Amino acid sequence: MIDLIAYVSGIGVRGPGLSGWLETHAVLSGGKSWAWTETALPVPETLPPTERRRTGRVVRLAFAAGLEATRQASVDPAGLPIVFSSSSGDGDNCNEICKTLATANRELSPTRFHNSVHNAPAGYWSIATGSQVASTTICAYDASFAAGLLEAVVQMAAQGAATALIAYDIDYPQPLRAVRATAAPFAIALVLQPDRGHNTLARLNVRLDEGDPDRVVHPDLNGMLSSIPAAHGLILLEAIAARSRTSLNIRYLEPQTLHIEVSP
Amino acid sequence: MTPLAMTGFTATTGLGQGLEAMTGALREVRSGLGRCDFEDVDLDTWIGRVPGVESTPLPRAYERFDCRNNRLAFLGLHQDGFLDAVAACVGRVGPSRVGLFIGTSTSGILETELAYRQRDGATGALPAAFNYAGTHNAFSVADFTRQLLGLQGPAAVVSTACSSSAKAFGCAQRMMALGLIDAAVVGGVDSLCLTTLYGFHSLQLTSSHPCRPFDADRDGISIGEAAAFALLERPSGRDDAGTIALLGIGESSDGYHLSAPHPEGLGARLAMQAALAAAGTAAAEVGYINLHGTGTRSNDSAESRAVGDIFGAAVPCSSTKGATGHTLGAAGAVEAVIGAIALRHNLIPGGVNTTRVDPAFHIDYRTRSQVRPLAGVLSNSFGFGGTNCSLVLGKLS
Repeated sequence: MIDLIAYVSGIGVRGPGLSGWLETHAVLSGGKSWAWTETALPVPETLPPTERRRTGRVVRLAFAAGLEATRQASVDPAGLPIVFSSSSGDGDNCNEICKTLATANRELSPTRFHNSVHNAPAGYWSIATGSQVASTTICAYDASFAAGLLEAVVQMAAQGAATALIAYDIDYPQPLRAVRATAAPFAIALVLQPDRGHNTLARLNVRLDEGDPDRVVHPDLNGMLSSIPAAHGLILLEAIAARSRTSLNIRYLEPQTLHIEVSP
Repeated sequence: MTPLAMTGFTATTGLGQGLEAMTGALREVRSGLGRCDFEDVDLDTWIGRVPGVESTPLPRAYERFDCRNNRLAFLGLHQDGFLDAVAACVGRVGPSRVGLFIGTSTSGILETELAYRQRDGATGALPAAFNYAGTHNAFSVADFTRQLLGLQGPAAVVSTACSSSAKAFGCAQRMMALGLIDAAVVGGVDSLCLTTLYGFHSLQLTSSHPCRPFDADRDGISIGEAAAFALLERPSGRDDAGTIALLGIGESSDGYHLSAPHPEGLGARLAMQAALAAAGTAAAEVGYINLHGTGTRSNDSAESRAVGDIFGAAVPCSSTKGATGHTLGAAGAVEAVIGAIALRHNLIPGGVNTTRVDPAFHIDYRTRSQVRPLAGVLSNSFGFGGTNCSLVLGKLS
């Protein structure tokens, strides 16, 4: 078994009733009750206005979580490699494209088409930050959070440099919602460092293992795991919020799980 | 980085199924493009369509994965003894020590496009037979391939538009370097669909001619489809001299525009330089560059500047997209395999369809194939979102 060590120095969260890490931390540690409210999706002020107009919910979601995490970690986003991970990408845009292609004239808007690439949030992010370092965008269906976290930790370890994860999913409109019922927009972003620093929030010891995935202990948030792939990261955030030494399994690809030992 | 042996590789494109068809066409500077006859598409454009995809149903056990993209993957995996090579590798290291990283841009979205035409008149519902996870989701091709190959190691789909399957090599390389896995199947699978045909048309990027990369009169791309795979293993140190290997990989972002390259090819240059540095290869050791070379005005112009900045006009270059079409998310893997063919046969493939190289470009663009000793090949893949990836291939010493 190979263990990979990463230090979390920034966390961003966006989900229903969870606007930011402070609020999520309070909910997860029992200091605040949780109630379902629509995921707040601010317009990304870091994008130039021409680009901002072209962005949909999925870009706003990824930006909101990513900006929160990078600001908290006080890292320069222009020099930060990022792993974007999403199960379904931009379901709104996909729905519009499929509707148009089912009509007689099939005339797609160029913006819809260029937004259709799975790496559109990564592209907008690099424009907003002026970043020329590599980013990647991956997918592993329901295992997308663990696959994204593993890829980010691997990149960080391979390059010996800070790397971020932005895992995000939005809900599909009908008719795709009937066959893929993602409950709500949800994103988690983490900045991972190879060494402990003054702003370390948690130490992660990550390895591939076998075993059953864990659930979130918080009774109100558990339901999100079965319907939002990115929400699987709540298991990790709950352990970080507890600020004690614990270990957990996050759903990955059978027969493997992502085993993480979390300590302050 | 430590070189990784490519102990198996194969590609299926519009040139035909497997390496022999591809090698013959590259030698003879032949194109696999034809006038668009896909579905009921009414565009004046040319495509690189793989023959026999429709008549390759998946075995019953894989019914839920049945779609054009996975049929193409299935067809591609059955060429050149690739399944046997993977099985032998799994036997040596165990199924959980073999990773799987596949690049695709559109996965099985054709199924969804067709399903939208069959929505229920009253409820708008998709037909009951539509299987989202098995066809539409980007991961479907990796899920299918992982099950077919009996792999239990880490896996992911990389979906970064037209750099997807080049970047899949990077996922494998990093995990192998850290010791998480001992081997990896990497590849790219992308298939014809309406989204890309009408989408590139909406951007006025499809040509009404077979695409002419780097030609003065180039006017756009021809879309193709392909399945290409490679098996990467650590060199054994025994009897592997001359084995074709991945020597270096470099990735970058443009940070410039979502669907247009940086005009001076800045991101492209960074990716090539990073790949050369990772390989420890001097620019002078590269004997052939397989260009991204899509045939659009802007791509070829930016790429020629970036290549010229690093290599001058000293290294023979060509784009093979006039032969295969632009296979989008599969292009990186297809062109890695073309690089491997070039090294195996000491063959510089001439670029097809190009009759007059743009006089503004100061690189050594080849339109005729040539046999000459090759030690190193560089392959470029760039994509929407300003994502760039370059691979350096060579032979183990």
